[in-house]
Amino acid sequence: MSGAGTVVTAGRRSPLFWLGIAAAVVLLCVLPFLVKNYRVFQFNLVLVYAIAILGLNILTGFNGQISLGHGAFYAVGAYAAAILMDRAGMPYWATLPIAGALCFCFGFLVGFPALRLGGHYLAVATLALALAVPQLLKYKLIEAWTGGVQGIVLNKPEPPFTFRFLGQPFNADRWLYFFTLAVVVLMFWLAWNLLHGRVGRALIAIRDHPIAAGAMGINLPVFKSLTFGVSAAFTGVAGALGANVIAFVSPDSFTVNLSIFLLVGMVVGGLASIPGAFFGAMFIQFVPNIADEISKSAPAAIYGLLLIVLMYLMPTGVMGLVRTLWLRRQEPAVAAAVPASSNAMTKET
Amino acid sequence: MDGFLHQVFAGLANGCIYGSVALALVMIFQATHHLNFAQGEMATFSTFVAWALIQQGWPYWGAFCATVAVSFLAGLVIQRVILRPVERAPVLTNVNVFIGLLLIFNALSGWLFDHTVKSFPSPFAQESFLKSRFFSAHEMGSFLVMMAVLLALYAFFRFTSLGLAMRAAAQNPDSARLVGIRVSWMLAVGWGLAAAIGAVAGMMVAPVVFLDPNMMAGILLYGFASALLGGVDNPFGAVIGGLIVGVLENLLGAYVIGTELKLTVALVLIVGTLTLMPAGLFGKRLVTRV
Repeated sequence: MSGAGTVVTAGRRSPLFWLGIAAAVVLLCVLPFLVKNYRVFQFNLVLVYAIAILGLNILTGFNGQISLGHGAFYAVGAYAAAILMDRAGMPYWATLPIAGALCFCFGFLVGFPALRLGGHYLAVATLALALAVPQLLKYKLIEAWTGGVQGIVLNKPEPPFTFRFLGQPFNADRWLYFFTLAVVVLMFWLAWNLLHGRVGRALIAIRDHPIAAGAMGINLPVFKSLTFGVSAAFTGVAGALGANVIAFVSPDSFTVNLSIFLLVGMVVGGLASIPGAFFGAMFIQFVPNIADEISKSAPAAIYGLLLIVLMYLMPTGVMGLVRTLWLRRQEPAVAAAVPASSNAMTKET
Repeated sequence: MDGFLHQVFAGLANGCIYGSVALALVMIFQATHHLNFAQGEMATFSTFVAWALIQQGWPYWGAFCATVAVSFLAGLVIQRVILRPVERAPVLTNVNVFIGLLLIFNALSGWLFDHTVKSFPSPFAQESFLKSRFFSAHEMGSFLVMMAVLLALYAFFRFTSLGLAMRAAAQNPDSARLVGIRVSWMLAVGWGLAAAIGAVAGMMVAPVVFLDPNMMAGILLYGFASALLGGVDNPFGAVIGGLIVGVLENLLGAYVIGTELKLTVALVLIVGTLTLMPAGLFGKRLVTRV
């Protein structure tokens, strides 16, 4: 399905396309100077969540392994970064690859038993992981590193240089915005290349028909546990960035809700869609802010309703809708072909 | 020795609760092969309903029966309205719908009954004949209630024609449909039973852990561990699994690792059971032909 998508866009790289890209780049660079500090902070979180959701999507959307516990990897990444900066005095940028590598190993190890678990069982096991992590982080034997219930307070990284633009200073939050944006570009570029080649096709084949995939010579155990590792690494990098953005980690910021919100973000953005991660991230960042004004419980209620309604009406999420509308406008013939294949994806898992 | 025995019996009392949550999970799994992630939050919501009725001045057992009946109907309606359209959908769709239900019930509990921790009355007076050397009155009482539920379920499945039809629908849906059983409705009754059992479990555990919207999160995890350990398609296995898990949890908590890592114990139990003994202690070993 994604293969068909690339063919269509590859033939269509008009000057208008590049103009659009340029406009988007300019907008993204100017954006943090148009808004107040707190908004910049929220944008940073959107970018962080986008990486985390992308990580979850690699595993669940593309490879079909259901994880209800990606908050655990996010937490490990965040704590790894926080401990490295707070206890070992590392610079913030150096913690990202280490957090990613650590989460890759952790994810690989989790993925190993996951090989034997399918569908609901994997969901239960990962849900248990998500529930256990806050307790583990409070455990007193590792309190010397993790700071126990209090967590770790960090300093936001200072910008290397400073100036004023449109009346707004280039401060820590705005510097982090550009730093996060650079990481986002890098991670999405990596994911794009990973998923649009041989590996991506193997992952989708495993999701759609594991037996046929095995028969074609795809090594299922290796691919599935490596996917778990890569997915965890993405989410771990997001966690490390998130620790920098919020400048604070504590066990209670990584409850099971975080894992569930990442799942909601993935479903809203679109399963097996790379750009969908941005929609999902914006959704889980901004909808609670708006819904909070109705009631403390409103965000969760909206999430729950939306999860169910989306499953009925729009199982491919925002990106699925965008793609269908776009193709319908472009070429009726392609539009007729694509919904069929995107439905096939959701039916046979 | 006395302390040890006390831990074992306290574990058995907890195990009853885990066993009944596991029983509710098995009810739904048997029929649909889905694990209901919303089971805990549904039970919490039922307990809130009972709490509200008692606040209105209802007698305890009146509120108890009304809650069980309401929960049964609610479970039935949820299956008919929400789950039926996705009966044949892929696993991820179902998991998402269950998580959606979990969020909705959690939010509803918080919205309607607010987030403050409430105390829930126990029907068993502290100094009654139920109190013994190793059991408090409430522990003994909830044990007896659970056994009553189990016996009632056994009788229902063994001696009623509806129970027989439900077993047929779970074992061989195609043949059951051919002899005129409305299989889809049997699934709905299974959901209703699960919701009712969950409500009983919620009302029995609420006096111990106090009532708040997140009351069941940890208990549900232990329920999963019990169901998987006992064999996820076997109701009796679920109860035995619950008792084992309850005792294990209490002994480990008291003597080995302390109470701070309770959820990690559940995690290890779940992953361990699933990887080493996927069929559980009493479950059927499933062989799929490809």
